Amino acid sequence: MPIQCSSCAKKRAVLRRPKTGYSLCKSCFFWAFEEEIHQTIVSAQLFNRGETVGIGASGGKDSTVLAHVLKVLNERYDYGLKLLLLSVDEGITGYRDDSLETVKRNQQQYDLPLTIVSYEELYGWTMDAIVKQVGLKNNCTFCGVFRRQALDRGAMMLNVDKICTGHNADDVAETVLMNVLRGDIARLHRCTAISTTSDGEGAIPRCKPLKYAYEKEIVLYAYFKKLDYFSTECVYSPNAYRGHARTFLKDLEAVRPSAIMDIIHSGENLSVKEGVKMPVQGTCSRCGYISSQALCKSCVLLEGLNRGLPKLGIGKHHRLHDKILTQQALTQQEEKKLKAMDF
Amino acid sequence: MCQVDEEYNSPLEHKSLPAVSKKCMKCKEGTAVLIIRVGDAFCRSCFKEYFIHKFRAMLGKNRVIFPGEKVLLAVSGGPASSCMLAQVQEGLSRDAPKKLRFMPGIIYIDEGGVCGQNAEEREKAVVQLESIFRMTGFPYHIVPLEQVFTLPESVLEPVYSREQPGSSYKAAVDQHIRTEVTRGHGEPAVEETQDAVGRLSLQASTYKPEHKLALEGLFSSLKTLTAKQDMLQILRHHLILHTARINGYSKVMIGDSCTRLAIKLLTNISLGRGAALAADTAFSDSRYGDVVMVRPMRDYSSKEIGFYNRLFEVQSVFIPGLDTKTADKASIQRLTESFVVKLQADFPSTVSTVYRTSEKLHTACPPQSSTTEAAAKCLLCLCALDTKAGKLQH
Ligand SMILES: [Zn+2]
Ligand SMILES: [Zn+2]
Ligand SMILES: [Zn+2]
Repeated sequence: MPIQCSSCAKKRAVLRRPKTGYSLCKSCFFWAFEEEIHQTIVSAQLFNRGETVGIGASGGKDSTVLAHVLKVLNERYDYGLKLLLLSVDEGITGYRDDSLETVKRNQQQYDLPLTIVSYEELYGWTMDAIVKQVGLKNNCTFCGVFRRQALDRGAMMLNVDKICTGHNADDVAETVLMNVLRGDIARLHRCTAISTTSDGEGAIPRCKPLKYAYEKEIVLYAYFKKLDYFSTECVYSPNAYRGHARTFLKDLEAVRPSAIMDIIHSGENLSVKEGVKMPVQGTCSRCGYISSQALCKSCVLLEGLNRGLPKLGIGKHHRLHDKILTQQALTQQEEKKLKAMDF
Repeated sequence: MCQVDEEYNSPLEHKSLPAVSKKCMKCKEGTAVLIIRVGDAFCRSCFKEYFIHKFRAMLGKNRVIFPGEKVLLAVSGGPASSCMLAQVQEGLSRDAPKKLRFMPGIIYIDEGGVCGQNAEEREKAVVQLESIFRMTGFPYHIVPLEQVFTLPESVLEPVYSREQPGSSYKAAVDQHIRTEVTRGHGEPAVEETQDAVGRLSLQASTYKPEHKLALEGLFSSLKTLTAKQDMLQILRHHLILHTARINGYSKVMIGDSCTRLAIKLLTNISLGRGAALAADTAFSDSRYGDVVMVRPMRDYSSKEIGFYNRLFEVQSVFIPGLDTKTADKASIQRLTESFVVKLQADFPSTVSTVYRTSEKLHTACPPQSSTTEAAAKCLLCLCALDTKAGKLQH
């Protein structure tokens, strides 16, 4: 016997919501999913009327669903936002070139303007070229740091007021777990914030409208809406340690579906002892981007790549920043330490 | 989406094979019998010294236990709490000035009624534990979990004493020394202990059949093992707290190792107890006001405790718990435990890193302040409420 939708009690249920366990019909699910995101946006006051909002679009399910839902809500509730798509081309053959094709189709489908910024034009390096030099061990560090800044630079070119990214509830919960496992109290403190405000120059406020949306529901939404997205994992595999945290989170969700929300709630309510050292944010003296050091991570990584010393940005070499800034030569010993990369 | 948009500096310390060193790193003479961490090899006697010192250092550093104070040791029969009992015995037997000077008692909560043990099995466990407890000469309390139904409602309210003992550790020490001098001997603990043993042997560990039924009813109404484990922990604390209060104990020692605390921290995050994390895992927890819970074993790993118990023949008793013989994914608590244990095997710094996180957290419910509204506290765990109903945070 078909199960009835527990919300409208008229239509047939086609799915069980992973978040609540309720059986719903398609349209009631769409409504619930979109309304929850609307509630998130309203109660956290993510946007103001008249703002230009850049959606970080990768072609993957999260950002595709984000773009779709924001467009729907902007019309339904008359947010008065100017939405546009912003993509980063990392230069990864067989992954990003294909996913960018998806973004280009999204541009047509959603009728939103698209801008693509590439690592190659910003940094002079594609990820493929970086991997050739650094190997597969730390490549994600480079990619993550560069992407963060690339989005900001693209957004600045377009005079965007805010950037929103497709981070979902699973991502946020996983990051909480990661930061606990790494004892990174500063990030633990920040990682559940739904939006970051920029105090300094060089960074544009960011927000995560999908912060409370379960990954499983994003997949269901995209599936039932027949959204066009690209579902291949990055060819340069992510680090194993994060993989442990991800598996653990999935297992927790299987035991108790509310675990994802519970972890986010925990993260939001943690308070850090006074006197625990938190990094002070300043700006990079080379490029002006926010940084807690004299040089931002991106500039250090880039310097390392250009000098053929890829280890410069991996690990702690703050002492060397002054030398780099004043363009002094490194000693042979220093060079040796930074050259060797374990593959 | 790719999650690497935050940079992480140092690659994690991966397991490396310890170099086999034959000599003790401390005395450089004795043959090493164990390696606690990579590079830390100890001979038997140096390990004992190190282990005992750590216990005293933990108490000394925190200065919350006063001379002459009555302290209740919560012993479950497991390795960590049994080891804690052994450390207290060892500390009290030492010569002054290294001697510990508080007055211990022991409490065991018999949870067999919800852990699937029959009356016979429960009795057997209690007999085993009693023989260990008797040898210590400390008074002890065997309390069946069923007695939770006899507790007064007031156990759910924090009690604040007018005097603040925390304000002057030194005054308390001075006071204690003066009392000892006027009495003319330095062994008050033993004298009172013998009295107490006589008194306590009369206190039978009984429970009423209707309470047994009520307890079974309560636990069968909880649908998941996660909720059962959560409830058991809360009820256990209520019983310990009440026993401490009626017998005049102002401190309770809980034998959580750092391995246990790391698991607890991660479990509590997964259960949404982030706001109560500091209270649940800190060295001292004063949420109840008049009775303070302390965790003196929090610097030892379960591995160290295992070594110590084996080398120095510390007896422990295996008593099945709620999650004994359950699958890894039977509950949030169980899953977290197996996750931490496995990760620790691959990344030996896991437990200590997670554990150190707990030291950087702040208690959300400020302790020892009677000004905090009673209404803002959770009725079950007495931590500050972190729920703003109907409103999303941030
Ligand atoms: Zn419906
Ligand atoms: Zn820079
Ligand atoms: Zn509570």
